[in-house]
Amino acid sequence: MKARVLVTLKNGVLDPQGKAIHHALEGLGFAGVNDVRAGKLIELDVDESVDDGAIEDMCRKLLANTVIENFRIERVA
Amino acid sequence: MKSAVLVFPGSNCDRDLQVALERITGVAPTMVWHRETGLPEGLDLIAVPGGFSYGDYLRSGAMAARSPVMQSVVEAAAKGTPVLGICNGFQVLTEAGLLPGALMRNAGLSFVCRSVPLTVANNQTIFTRGYEAGEAITIPVAHHDGNFQADAETLARIEGEGRVAFRYADRVNGSANDIAGIVNDAGNVLGMMPHPERAAEPAHGNEDGRRLFESLLGALQTA
Repeated sequence: MKARVLVTLKNGVLDPQGKAIHHALEGLGFAGVNDVRAGKLIELDVDESVDDGAIEDMCRKLLANTVIENFRIERVA
Repeated sequence: MKSAVLVFPGSNCDRDLQVALERITGVAPTMVWHRETGLPEGLDLIAVPGGFSYGDYLRSGAMAARSPVMQSVVEAAAKGTPVLGICNGFQVLTEAGLLPGALMRNAGLSFVCRSVPLTVANNQTIFTRGYEAGEAITIPVAHHDGNFQADAETLARIEGEGRVAFRYADRVNGSANDIAGIVNDAGNVLGMMPHPERAAEPAHGNEDGRRLFESLLGALQTA
């Protein structure tokens, strides 16, 4: 089965990539975009036996840097 | 001085550091492969080199920080062995939890590769005692992720404890408080983005980095 880990920068952490994307969108003429934050999507194909606790452990130990990033785990059928 | 240089796949400054350490200390460092589970006995310095370990995949320094050898580095650091992380090495040390904060993408989004003016913010460390307090020096940088950030409480603590070793004199990459290098609370671990090993002999055209290695050597001799 698949699990998705979404890694995003914590609120308040400067996101230069998000700012650059925002700037580019404005350059293309898209109005009304208030802010852009860039993150990462990590897709895991795991055995049924791997529970959310194990994935959370993976996030804390490697996939996210919890000094600056948040993570969210989503199960995908 | 007995030193070791860690070798990760993708790093490209390990040999520069090896040459600098050998020429300045007179003893060739041991090159230690990242899959090793131990370090040589009696090390006076563990050096974590710059470069792009694991291609900077996931986050700069993230994979290297979880490599087998780093467990030994964390244990040695806790016992007081000096650890020097340069550029990617600084990123590895923050990812390994040996130093606070994180190195993020440069604020200008550009790779910065040039010599930059620094000030020596604290010359009372084993790494900086060869410099004058507040001295202006020039050291090359070459990085994409040198933007040091930490939460306000952490920043206040490291500033209050005098743990900022080097500060950029110009805005180089957006680092909080223009921090270019910090030490841990015990003072035996230094992480810095600039490359002192690239400013260590006359052929480099700049020897401002040499005194960092000489400071360590001097600290050992007077210890």
